[in-house]
Parts: sequence; structure tokens; C-alpha cells
Amino acid sequence: MPTEFEVKEENTQISTARPIIQLEDVSVSYRLPSERIGTFKEYAIRKLQRKIKIEKFWALTDTNLQVNRGEVFGLIGNNGAGKSTMLKVISKVLKPTKGRVVVYGKIAPLLELGAGFHPELSGRENVFLNGALLGYSRPEMEAVFDEIVEFSELEHFINSPVRTYSSGMFARLGFAVATAHMPEILILDEILSVGDEAFQRKCNLRMKKFQQSGATVLMVSHALDMMEGMCNRIAWIDHGKTQKIGEPQEVIAAYRGENL
Amino acid sequence: MASTPKPVYDSASYRVSAISELKELGKYRYLLGQLIRRDILTRYKRSVLGVAWTMLNPLGTMLILSFVFSNFFKSEVPHYPVYILSGLLVWNFFSQGTNAAISGLVWGGSLLKRIYIPSSVFGVSAIGTALVNLVLSLVPLVIVMLVDGAPFYLSMLFLPISILLLTAFTLGFGLLISSLAVFFPDVAEMYQVLLTAWMYLTPIIYPESLISAKWMPFYTINPMYWMVKMFRLPIFEGRFPSWQEFLPAFGWAAGMLLVGWLYFTSKTEEYAYRV
Repeated sequence: MPTEFEVKEENTQISTARPIIQLEDVSVSYRLPSERIGTFKEYAIRKLQRKIKIEKFWALTDTNLQVNRGEVFGLIGNNGAGKSTMLKVISKVLKPTKGRVVVYGKIAPLLELGAGFHPELSGRENVFLNGALLGYSRPEMEAVFDEIVEFSELEHFINSPVRTYSSGMFARLGFAVATAHMPEILILDEILSVGDEAFQRKCNLRMKKFQQSGATVLMVSHALDMMEGMCNRIAWIDHGKTQKIGEPQEVIAAYRGENL
Repeated sequence: MASTPKPVYDSASYRVSAISELKELGKYRYLLGQLIRRDILTRYKRSVLGVAWTMLNPLGTMLILSFVFSNFFKSEVPHYPVYILSGLLVWNFFSQGTNAAISGLVWGGSLLKRIYIPSSVFGVSAIGTALVNLVLSLVPLVIVMLVDGAPFYLSMLFLPISILLLTAFTLGFGLLISSLAVFFPDVAEMYQVLLTAWMYLTPIIYPESLISAKWMPFYTINPMYWMVKMFRLPIFEGRFPSWQEFLPAFGWAAGMLLVGWLYFTSKTEEYAYRV
């Protein structure tokens, strides 16, 4: 394996950069939903008939990717191209069917904003619950609690049940919790379009701060203009393969050209 | 490449095992506490009496059952309300705990697909919630015993061990059934029917003396028969279990926990694909 890396690094001329995420020939296959066997009876019958054929859908096929420490790396592509699957194999949610994923840093995945919130619990209680879901401990959450409240601008509502929140308040709190601790790797799946413009600016500012302190950001979005402005490099994914990796402008132009 | 740091995650060497999952659960113990807290706080959040319902619920069921069945069994069982309640607590714990384990994994599935969480956290917290409810429902038991004038025995000191055995058995069974429910969605529905049948096959509302001798061997196959016994003997009959009574209960508890944990963790890598 190491020799292969050296070759790849020379090829792409990034031998000085330190990799933090590496995908080597990664493939991921899902079962097709129609093949789901719902009952024991069905299972037994098919087992007897030896008819359990697992039809596979390959969401990623032999994908190679390297993200370097300190980069803001973007993934673009049409819906169903495999972007989210790629984020999932990187963040340990899915184990790749084939190939290898190596990550040299602690990942803070950004939970779809507010997923895991309980509507009956107060904002305060949900901050701790959500923090626990993201793998933090009580002291870690207590240390950043005030900052979370301040960042999400919910000082007056933090003790009210979350069901009374507007969708903007909901999203603000979710973003504030997920980014309260500076991670080595931050994963953002199509979520920077939350809140009003002022809050978006605030989010972008926080991301810049992360990046300046050496964090790596991996993001997926359809907002191409924003991606062009934020990312150091972009990968265009199509039909489970990386079509092009490189300068944001070039990759976006190629992607747009294909989709005219 | 010489100074490559040690990877935090390497899919090639990553494998969920019974031991690794236990370690992950230890790391996520704060989440465990948070989930239990959430379930207890939110269950009755909008009701006026709140958590008190945890105690009123079995009390109400006991009152109804005592009223309905006391004419049948009163001569057989002195302090019939205490008899019912001591069995009902065990059964409620088991059925609530295992059902919560199923719905917990299904609910948690939507999160498991998005972020990494050790999947056993949902089943374990479900049993944890049921355990809190079980301890709370000991309060109405004591009240009923006082009102009914039933004696308090020294043998009740055995109850912590009874609770431990029941918890281990329920956790093992809950992990097993919730794992099956992920692969076969019908299991959750089928389980409700099974639970009803299972309850009537366990001496909870009727006295054991009603079971004829020739059927007794079949009753003793039932692990819940032994679990109920671990509570009935110290609370109701006023004696510690004998070894012959303790060992089957212990065997079921330890065996089920082991089987449940091993099976659950052997399937862990598939949940994110399947739920």
C-alpha cells in the first residue's frame, strides 16, 4: 500500500501536503429496497427456493480521494451521485463494501440540523442531548453552553420547549451545537443555507476561523457560487465516481458544462 | 510518508466486536444518561401528574385485576393485590423494556444513518428507562402492602439481585428482538401477540397452585416463570430462593444477555444499511 501512495502523490503533485482523509478504491453497495424481505414466511420460502438474490446498487465505485489537512474541500454533483454516501464512509457511519478509508483526525459530523432534537424538551436540554449524540461529555458541553446560546441568539428562549421555536431558531441552535467545539475535521452536508443572511455570514465567519486554526472542512452543497468562494479544492462526483478533482473554478465549470 | 500519524479511523482494521462495542458504550455513557433522562421527562411531559403516572399506572391495573379476579382467587391467595402487583411489576418491566428497545433502535436508525453512534446505546438506554420505572413502581407496591396489611419480610433484601437478573435477561432479549426487527419489520407486530400469549402463560394474575402437575414441566421452560419467582418468593412468600430456584433464573439471565449481546454486535455494521 505505501508504495501506491507515493506514486499517487507524485502524480497529483501534493507531496508536501499532509493527507487527513484518504479513500482508496472505495465502493459502497446498497441493497435495492424492492429486495427487502419483510416476513419470516417470505424469507423461509425464498431460502428454500434459493431465490435470495441480493440485487445491489453501487452508490460508489472504486473512488479515490485525498483531502489534505487544513483544506476546505467541496463535493458537488447531481442528486444521487454518491456525495452523501462518501461523507458516510468517511464518518464511520457506513463501512465500505470494498476498498479502504483512512482518516487521520477526529471528525465532528454536522447532524442534519436539529435531527435528534426532542420537541418537548427545552432548548437547554436539547443542547446537552444533541451534544451527547455527537459524542461529547457533560463537562465538554457545559464549557461551551453559554457560547452556544450566544451564537444562536436564543438567550430569551433557551428554557422554552423546542416545539415553540421557528425553523430558523431550530437551525441556528443545531448549527451552534455542532460547531461549538473546533473539530479536526468538520463535515457539512448541505446545511449552510440556514437562517437569514446575517446568520449565514456568522456561519461563514466561524468556518473561516476553523480553517485559520488548522481545521479541515469537507462540505457538500448545490450552492455552487458559495462553494467556489469557500473551497480550496472541489471534487465533482457523478454516478458513484469522481469525475474531476481540482481548482473550484475549473471543476464547477466542467460540472456546469455537463449539465447545461 | 515516513512520518504518517496513526489513523483515527481505518476501515480496513475497523470491526465491531462484542468487546469493542462495550468500550464504545463506555465512551458514550453520557449519551446513555441523556437518552434515559429524555425518555422519562418527555413521556408524561404534557400530563399534569407527570412522572407520578409511572406509579399510578401499575396501581390502576392492579386495582382492576384485583377487582375482577379477587372472587376467583381470593380463597387461594391471601393478599391477592400484593400477589398481582409483585408479578405485574416484573411483567411491565419486561414488556416495556423490550418494546422500547425495538422502537429505540428504529428511531435511532434515522440517526445511525447520519452520524456515528454505537447502536447498542438505544437498547441499553431503553432498558435503563424501564429500570428507573421499575424502581419507582416499588413505591406503590409498598403502599399496597401497607394498606392490605401484608407482612414485610427480611427476604426482601434479596430484591436487588432479583432486579439484576431480570434486567440482564430483559436487556439480552431486547437486543435480540430489536436486532431481528431491523431485518424483519413484521417482528415488531408479531411480538405484541407473542407478549400477550406469553403473559398468560406466566403465573402473574393466577396463582401457581392452579397449574396442574402434568403441565408444570412446560411452565418451567418459560424463563419469565423463573424471573417472576425471583420477586414473588422474597416479597410474597417471605423466603430467599433456594439454589434450585435461583440457578435456572441465573442461567437464563446470563445466557440471554450473552446471546443477545453477541448477536446484536455481530450485526452492528449492517444496521446503518438496513434501518
